[in-house]
Amino acid sequence: MKKLMLGNEAVARGAYEAGVTVAAAYPGTPSTEVTETLATYDEVYCEWSPNEKVALETAIGASFAGARAICSMKHVGLNVAADPLFTASYTGVNGGLVIVVADDPGMHSSQNEQDSRFYARSSKVPMLEPADSQECRDFIKLAFEISEQFDTPVILRLTTRISHSRSLVEMEERIDYRLKEYRKDVAKYVMMPGMARKRHVEVEKRMALLREYSNTCGLNVIEWGSKDIGVIAGGIAYQYAREAFGNVSYLKIGMVYPLPDKLIAEFAKEVKTLYVIEELEPFIEDHVRKLGIKVIGKECLPVTGEYSSQLIKERILGIRQETSSFPDEPIPVRPPVMCPGCPHRGTFYVLKKLKLTVSGDIGCYTLGATPPTDSVDTCVCMGASVGMAHGMEKARGKEFGKKTVAIIGDSTFIHSGITGLINVVYNKSNSTVIILDNSITGMTGHQDNPTTGYTIKGEPTKQTDLVMLAKAIGIERVRVVDPYDLQEFEKVVREETEADEPSVIIAQRPCALLKRVKHGSPMKINVDKCRKCRRCLTIGCPSIANKGDRIEINDALCVGCGLCTKLCSFNAIEKAGEYNE
Amino acid sequence: MNKISIMIVGVGGQGTLLASRILGAAALKKGYDVKVSEVHGMSQRGGSVVTYVKLADKVYSPIVEKGEADIILAFEKLEALRWIDHLKKDGKLIVNDQRIDPMPVITGVAKYPENIIEKIKVNYPNTIAVDALQIAKSCGNLRTVNVVLIGVMAKSTDIEKEVWIETIKEVVPQKFVDVNIKAFEAGYNA
Ligand SMILES: Cc1ncc(C[n+]2csc(CCOP(=O)(O)OP(=O)(O)O)c2C)c(N)n1
Repeated sequence: MKKLMLGNEAVARGAYEAGVTVAAAYPGTPSTEVTETLATYDEVYCEWSPNEKVALETAIGASFAGARAICSMKHVGLNVAADPLFTASYTGVNGGLVIVVADDPGMHSSQNEQDSRFYARSSKVPMLEPADSQECRDFIKLAFEISEQFDTPVILRLTTRISHSRSLVEMEERIDYRLKEYRKDVAKYVMMPGMARKRHVEVEKRMALLREYSNTCGLNVIEWGSKDIGVIAGGIAYQYAREAFGNVSYLKIGMVYPLPDKLIAEFAKEVKTLYVIEELEPFIEDHVRKLGIKVIGKECLPVTGEYSSQLIKERILGIRQETSSFPDEPIPVRPPVMCPGCPHRGTFYVLKKLKLTVSGDIGCYTLGATPPTDSVDTCVCMGASVGMAHGMEKARGKEFGKKTVAIIGDSTFIHSGITGLINVVYNKSNSTVIILDNSITGMTGHQDNPTTGYTIKGEPTKQTDLVMLAKAIGIERVRVVDPYDLQEFEKVVREETEADEPSVIIAQRPCALLKRVKHGSPMKINVDKCRKCRRCLTIGCPSIANKGDRIEINDALCVGCGLCTKLCSFNAIEKAGEYNE
Repeated sequence: MNKISIMIVGVGGQGTLLASRILGAAALKKGYDVKVSEVHGMSQRGGSVVTYVKLADKVYSPIVEKGEADIILAFEKLEALRWIDHLKKDGKLIVNDQRIDPMPVITGVAKYPENIIEKIKVNYPNTIAVDALQIAKSCGNLRTVNVVLIGVMAKSTDIEKEVWIETIKEVVPQKFVDVNIKAFEAGYNA
């Protein structure tokens, strides 16, 4: 049967067919749907782990125990999971182990544009890269076989356009995969120096075999066309190249590490001009050069952003797209915004009012950095808000610390904020950490996490108690407050920043997009009462619009949260249902 | 078989993803090779969103590029203007006559362009404007704007009406099937 599937769904389908029984992940765009889809299969144990490191350790444990296991993450997640990755490369596997990592060229939803292919090379783990959904399903199945055949973890690399494009997939039945026997094997599974030295030698032997395999495995294939031009490309770049160059010759790369040296040499010999087309870093290009082969790549094409067939046509074939003079006026940008009813809005209103330095973090609340709620000072990586607020205080002293807060979402706090908070207590800083507890992992599309009380499959579970956790760490001042109670929230933030010890404020109010959150009737401006002071516009609600001569509330967007009514000194904002009745 | 490139553009949260899913599934039933490139994540939070749908015997790149779109289905006027340079000169624009102010307009640092639809029509005569929000309201559910617009677009494809309806029944959750079919019909007959 053929079905239209996202690349991510096809990865999940392939893993399911390969007999996977354990899947662990931490969400992250564009990788999230891999695990969300796997969770729909009853035969697969699935979990949202607290972070990528724990997820990978879970998968490694499952693999040692004899199961086929999969672990998925976005590109920056692999930084978090890098520690277990590098040593799992030495131990190898028992049941097949595949790590799915999704890069985000163009940074649709990311804080950097790192190229994960270097992880394959530096951890000495083979990496496959599919170019459409069918290949997602086929390659992941093959990845499990490679993993077991060569005793190695395997990385499947995706990019946003592969993960989030739908194309046709032919499916098969799930294989009957039996758990492999688990045997204690200290030389293989206990990586102390004496054992690890021996394993490193094994890794090098494995790499030699894999380099041969890359030439013959069928993942890297030559498609002959006109030999005037030869193109080496893989993943989505292959698709762009295909459209730009048409009927030329291609060496399509499906195994991007290790690369097929013999095939590359054979291909290069036959074609007049050789190009490498790859998004981000010159990973393939540098390798081809190292083989002593002349090739054109990054001197024509950027290392930043996404490619397109038009870009390739323009930069390499010199074909310019004619440009139209219409539209000839500036088009306002439309950046993402906090949703109507978003609990974070109250928090940022207060933080901006108090003119605090806000050490920020990653989640929907990073949007608090954009006007008009622009109060966030920093955003580096998940969990960084806490560590950085601490560092700022150590650099500038306690008084500066009293004008600084860290803000961090519930999921992000569990991911990597806890260790930072322990450090605050242990190394005696005064930090105020505000945990924005909206009862969900919002930014990535509503995944449960240890604070929500539900598992990925929707089963109730124990809920992490943030108050008790903070207290156990040694934080004596812990406050829980509703960020929509602006007065109370402001008072609490004032008190806690002024206090001579570290504190945690839990700003608790559920995400407005949660099904259980009931919306009120939309609001409306009473034009007779409105004095156009525009205070309601300072909270940056997308449903309140400035029409020049009047302020208007868009009833198709407003969810009736009522935050704006608290700012209006003239009682001019009313429930649309009651007005004029 | 024709090669058709379609773009669905709008504001995150307007339901463009469901529209592209219906379109992709319907095209599949007609035997096309299909690629649909979606947007998940950050920009779904009220940002500018674009989905590409490409139909042909064989589709390589999932992206529709400048001057390449046969049809643009715009859920919002400013978004129509933003992406109009992707439309072929004789391409068709179907635009929902709805205005959603982006944050720079709300904060007053930018101005929402005036008379967008009239201006577009001068350059792209093959433009149809519909008040899909009003139609969706009259069908009884504001959230069916996407399916109303699919209904309007359906007439410009070689996919039969029955195929569309069958697809909607498969893609939309059971309890919303009736209202969505009503919305489709209303768009189709608009
Ligand atoms: C290491 C890493 N993993 C995953 C992500 C993707 N990501 C960004 S924000 C976020 C979670 C945000 O949830 P939460 O902290 O609860 O805040 P909310 O969005 O709900 O406000 C995730 C998973 C990332 N940026 N970095």
